[in-house]
Amino acid sequence: MTLTALAITAMIKVIVIISVALLGVAYSTYLERRLLGILQHRIGPIYAGPYGLLQPIADAVKLIFKEDFIPDNVERVTYTLAPVIMFIPALLTFAVIPVGDTITIMGHEIELVISDLNIGILYVFAITSLGVYGIVLAGWSSGSKYSLLGGIRSSAQMISYEIAYGLSIIGVVLLAGTLSLQELVAQQESFFSWYVFRQPVAFILFVVCAVAETNRAPFDLPEAEAELVAGYLTEYSSMKYAMFFMGEYANMLAVSSVATTIFLGGWQGPFLPPVLWFVIKVFLCMCVYIWIRATLPRFRYDQLMNFGWKVLFPLALLNTMVTALIKVL
Amino acid sequence: MLEVVIFYLSALIAIGGAVLMIAQRNPVASVLYLIVSLAAQAVLYIQLSALFVGALLIIVYAGAILVLFLFVIMLLNLRGEHFEGQDQKVGRITKYVLSGLFFIELVIIVRQLAIPARTDIVSAQTATDFGGVEPVAELLYTKYLFPFELTSVLLLVAVVGAVVMARREKSEKQGGV
Repeated sequence: MTLTALAITAMIKVIVIISVALLGVAYSTYLERRLLGILQHRIGPIYAGPYGLLQPIADAVKLIFKEDFIPDNVERVTYTLAPVIMFIPALLTFAVIPVGDTITIMGHEIELVISDLNIGILYVFAITSLGVYGIVLAGWSSGSKYSLLGGIRSSAQMISYEIAYGLSIIGVVLLAGTLSLQELVAQQESFFSWYVFRQPVAFILFVVCAVAETNRAPFDLPEAEAELVAGYLTEYSSMKYAMFFMGEYANMLAVSSVATTIFLGGWQGPFLPPVLWFVIKVFLCMCVYIWIRATLPRFRYDQLMNFGWKVLFPLALLNTMVTALIKVL
Repeated sequence: MLEVVIFYLSALIAIGGAVLMIAQRNPVASVLYLIVSLAAQAVLYIQLSALFVGALLIIVYAGAILVLFLFVIMLLNLRGEHFEGQDQKVGRITKYVLSGLFFIELVIIVRQLAIPARTDIVSAQTATDFGGVEPVAELLYTKYLFPFELTSVLLLVAVVGAVVMARREKSEKQGGV
């Protein structure tokens, strides 16, 4: 393929994946509200369009037309930058997620991944580790005690859980012998070779830490409304507020995609086209996310820290050591 | 052509970020400029196809250490006004002497290392796995095994020290009450 053709396909892939991801983000909010409604014996949003399907659009329009109120004692630059910093890394994750097998269009072989880095997993962790800055800076720059407490909680929480989060993957990497996501998916061709069966402990650790990393219930202490009003979000309004929510849902989607790729066989599956399998698996992961939120009450803060350092971290270390031992023997 | 543009752009951002970092009164802004500088450095590593080193730079420094910096700054609630009006005479002289010594040291090191290394640039570019996972691991676990293990002992000592200090403070507080 010539360089121009390569550049054009790359451009198209970026545009398609970002549009789909943004659409996914918008409809994740709808999914969350509907599913929560069903789980809590309510109806949820049903009036905007058929089955309430236009609800995300109505929400977006509403938020755009709200007044963008900036309090007096904020640090303006960081205050404005924080929502963006929260949102962009989540989107960048999708650059290395393989969404399907190689396809052929007009004689060109096209891989359905924007960039198949040979250190894909590390890239994902590098990018997700930057997301915390959004929350921390929002908390710091708002000049409000609730925001500051939310920001401090969040940074402590994310540092604690990131260690177990990273270690949980090491077991898989040891078995796979590669850091490329595309190769990982290729290794999980048959159902029982999925890493969720070969590394069950790692999968559980990954899920728990992922929920904590994305600040979702039961680990949503940074925005615990009973104690901190809305945590780091307190002083935000209009589109900046919406950006944080988009960031949260984009993070959830990104983590679901990573879980699908590393543990659940990625786009592999029988009968249906690979892309569809990928979407189905990500959709199911998102449903589990929301199900967890509807089921479990929020942790207390000291419980959260103890759990992270005294349970998850040693367990992740143990898992790594046992896997390494098995690999050597 | 594009590579050269990217190189100069990220080099400029890396240096500019570093300069702006030390020119700030506001500690949070300093940390932010340091992150920008680190990100630009990561780009430079990636241009050398040292993807692994670049990723580590982001994960370890930008993703963990600087978050801790921010955490401490936020916890102490430091703002710009905490860093003014401490310019004592002795402090000023030592400041310039130390910076001068450090600069001379830097010049000597760069003169010794960088100029002979220039002949190796070509070979570094042609080696596709330069700075990849395997070459780094191989060096770390064979040639540099001893210093590597020593570093881990050093870190362990630091962790134990931190725990001891934190505990002592706690017990003193309890004794006071």
